[in-house]
Amino acid sequence: MSLVVTSGWYMTLAAVLFALGALGILIRRNALVMFMCIELMLNAVNLTFVAAGRALGNLDGQLAVFFVLVVAAAEVVVGLAIIVAIFRRRQSASVDELSELAG
Amino acid sequence: MVELVVFVLMGGGALAGGVTVIKARNPVYSAMGLLGTLFAIAVLYVMQLAHFVAAVQVIVYAGAVLTLFLFVIMMVGVDKEEDVRETIPHQRRLALALGLIAIGIVVSLVARGRFAWVPVASAAADPQATNGTVQALAEPMFTDWVLAFEATALLLTIAAAGTIALASFRRPVADTAAERTGV
Repeated sequence: MSLVVTSGWYMTLAAVLFALGALGILIRRNALVMFMCIELMLNAVNLTFVAAGRALGNLDGQLAVFFVLVVAAAEVVVGLAIIVAIFRRRQSASVDELSELAG
Repeated sequence: MVELVVFVLMGGGALAGGVTVIKARNPVYSAMGLLGTLFAIAVLYVMQLAHFVAAVQVIVYAGAVLTLFLFVIMMVGVDKEEDVRETIPHQRRLALALGLIAIGIVVSLVARGRFAWVPVASAAADPQATNGTVQALAEPMFTDWVLAFEATALLLTIAAAGTIALASFRRPVADTAAERTGV
């Protein structure tokens, strides 16, 4: 019996990682930790892209990863700047306190 | 066989890191868990011949993004306890149930289908076709994907400009002082 690691294995791992990230978004209140969970989900998607590209036999999956990576980097930069700006005013990084934005 | 061992080790590492991210009370531990996950995923990229993606993953994610995270964690303060009061009743329990259901669905799909939903082309296909060297990636990047590449450059410029604007924007001193006292 030979167990060959196919793309499906990687995709399954990615799906579980994505579910973990979504779970983190739901149960955590710290804006920083929620951001890390978003990174976790983006990484799961990247892993799926690479595995899918390998299964289909072309490089487009790996190229898509770069664009996801750039969006993730831009999102982190802007998001962390917003968190720091909020922290300067409110001395807190808890998203519950931001409900005041609703007016 | 080697790939199976590496997959089990690194997959386990990635999952452990992910659990640490959402479980750790201290955000620094969460960041360390994320670091472990990122490195494990980089190894999995190498196993799938995505060499350049793996290198970029380590440099950009583990190098730049995580450093930025740690920097902000230290700035915002790690000694603050997270607020555990529930504004929505039973939110945590419901969220936990939902998340476990999602993971359970994935696991049951795997247990029943044995990865059958993915075409088994990978075994037949030429592995060299997906060998992600810099040269192999650069050619489609600057021909077929050049428009997306330019859009990405624009996005990065806008993000950088926006961040500088956010960081340098200050309100008059009297205004912020009044807000701090709760008026």
